[in-house]
Amino acid sequence: MTESGITIRGKKKSSFMETVKEILPEGGNLNLCLTCGACVSGCPATGLADMDPRKFLRMCALGMDEEATNSPWVWMCTMCQRCIYVCPMKINIPQLVYNARATWPRDKRPSGIRNSCDMALRNDSNSAMGTAPDDFIFVIQDVLEEYRQAQPEFADMQAPIDKEGAHFFLNQNSREPVTEPDELVPLWKILHLAGVDWTYGSKGWAAENYCMFLADDKCWEHVTRVSAKQADDLGCKVFLNTE
Amino acid sequence: MASIYSYYAKWIREGRLKVNSDWNKERKVKFTIQDPCQIVRKSFGDPVADDLRFVIASAVGEENIIEMTPNKSNNFCCGGGGGFLQSGFPDERRAYGKVKFDQIAATGADYCITGCHNCHAQVHDIGHHFHGTYGTVHIWTILCLALGILGPNERTYLGDDLKDVNVFHPETAL
Repeated sequence: MTESGITIRGKKKSSFMETVKEILPEGGNLNLCLTCGACVSGCPATGLADMDPRKFLRMCALGMDEEATNSPWVWMCTMCQRCIYVCPMKINIPQLVYNARATWPRDKRPSGIRNSCDMALRNDSNSAMGTAPDDFIFVIQDVLEEYRQAQPEFADMQAPIDKEGAHFFLNQNSREPVTEPDELVPLWKILHLAGVDWTYGSKGWAAENYCMFLADDKCWEHVTRVSAKQADDLGCKVFLNTE
Repeated sequence: MASIYSYYAKWIREGRLKVNSDWNKERKVKFTIQDPCQIVRKSFGDPVADDLRFVIASAVGEENIIEMTPNKSNNFCCGGGGGFLQSGFPDERRAYGKVKFDQIAATGADYCITGCHNCHAQVHDIGHHFHGTYGTVHIWTILCLALGILGPNERTYLGDDLKDVNVFHPETAL
């Protein structure tokens, strides 16, 4: 009556976790889990979509590839890396999540993230809001002029774009120039008072990179290279993250 | 590649930014600090978190900072990271953010200072959603307030308690 429950085949099928192990330093320690649950107890995403970090890792370790990678939980883990921080074996669960995201067909990934990535690819701004370089330049100059006049102590304040040889290359989240330009000003004032030599880039000025969240490596790299190249082309010494 | 928090600290230490916290001596407005995962745990570690605290203490007074527990490299993510704000799961995002909300609420602080835009959007949203009483402010707002150069139109995220404090060129209010 009974059939054999275990079939041993000659060659083991490559699993999702094996694939990810190959691309991570030290294999991400993915097979070192002690199942202690430190990750679970300290993860705010625990319980969402009936998943948690340990469960996700164990499912992958057991070869339940589709059940794990298809879970919407991979979009609810923020890849904040607190699980690695508290893990006695320093297991890289967030990279497992990232690569699970990448197994989804691009058109099935969350549209909000995908659209923000696609917006960034429309022009060289890198902006998730699709703002073109010319529009960015206009807003910056317009706001600067307004404040120079309204607050005479800052009549000499600068907000340079593409200043060759500036020491700092600054990025800027799109939210300020696009939706709340007055919020740009406090940062400029601080830089002015401190006598800082800085510039934005007409290309690659936007600080956000939704292509990374989308797990779209090619587009992520493109967006990052546009920013890095602009900083290099201008001869800037320090890429200063304003986030 | 560097974080501006460390440079804010450097410029204050070098005397290039004359920040002082006198405005808050009597008022005793309390602040807590959201450590952004991307800058602290994932990039520069506790040294940048310490710089961030030096900057904020200079601006609001050390005695007016109430820390969350845990914090710095061991901080909880706010739930705005990884694209969660755009991923189309608002209920789950807020359930995630409840951990952060409770952490902030437990400090009793009047404001949560956030340097990161994802944190700012999420901390602001969960504050409203869970009926919190704290405000959510960028670090540059508080720095300019302490420098006495924060104009009336640069106070979107300040509450009524600070709207009229140390206003630079109040006649330009829109």
